Amino acid sequence: MGEETKFHILRDIIKVYLPEDLSVDAIVPTSNFLDELNINSAHLVDIVLDVEDAFDIQLENEDMDRMQTVNDALDIIAKKVQAKLT
Amino acid sequence: MNTDLIVDQLPYVAPFLFVDTVERIDDMGVEGNFTFRKELDFYRGHFKDNPVTPGVILTECCAQIGLVCLGIFLLNGSKGTPNLKIGLSSSQMEYYKPVMPGEKVKVVSKKIYYRFHKLKCDVRMYDSKESLVCKGILAGMLKRDVDE
Repeated sequence: MGEETKFHILRDIIKVYLPEDLSVDAIVPTSNFLDELNINSAHLVDIVLDVEDAFDIQLENEDMDRMQTVNDALDIIAKKVQAKLT
Repeated sequence: MNTDLIVDQLPYVAPFLFVDTVERIDDMGVEGNFTFRKELDFYRGHFKDNPVTPGVILTECCAQIGLVCLGIFLLNGSKGTPNLKIGLSSSQMEYYKPVMPGEKVKVVSKKIYYRFHKLKCDVRMYDSKESLVCKGILAGMLKRDVDE
């Protein structure tokens, strides 16, 4: 699965939790979940749980702690998916 | 197990404590009850000359028993957790029967998940005749002072 595909899957997960005044176009790799996308910490947990299902991976507390931006999430997803394959 | 300890550690007091006893608690869920005494202050205003327990108070009762009591238990087992901080993050409730002044209700909560400090539960409230009063999904974020 390419990086582009991963981003699109992640964006589709995130958009469900966006506040109504933000469009899906606001989701770019550098977006900060809490500060820029206005996603609260409870919804960030929902995003992580959806990511786990979509990519068939499991995230730990430390992954959650460093997941500040969309890029952070993509990085964690890439590492977890890679680890699953090796 | 000493469930009174759980109630003692709740971060509420009257007039906003809506838990009398916890009957049963484990990793998967909790069951507790509360009697809405006739003297409770909100009955003077809800409704005028026609006291009925407000839906928001039923939700609060479900949350205090179903989320907060369970959260205290999940964080530290039967010893409980002093200094718990909790924020309700979502509530989706449906109401079926009114609760009149003086009625005793039972709340049964089943854990849906508890991950990354978020506790999500399926809650149901029953009256003394075991009829469903309300049900829904509640979620909250849990934190201990020592976690900071």
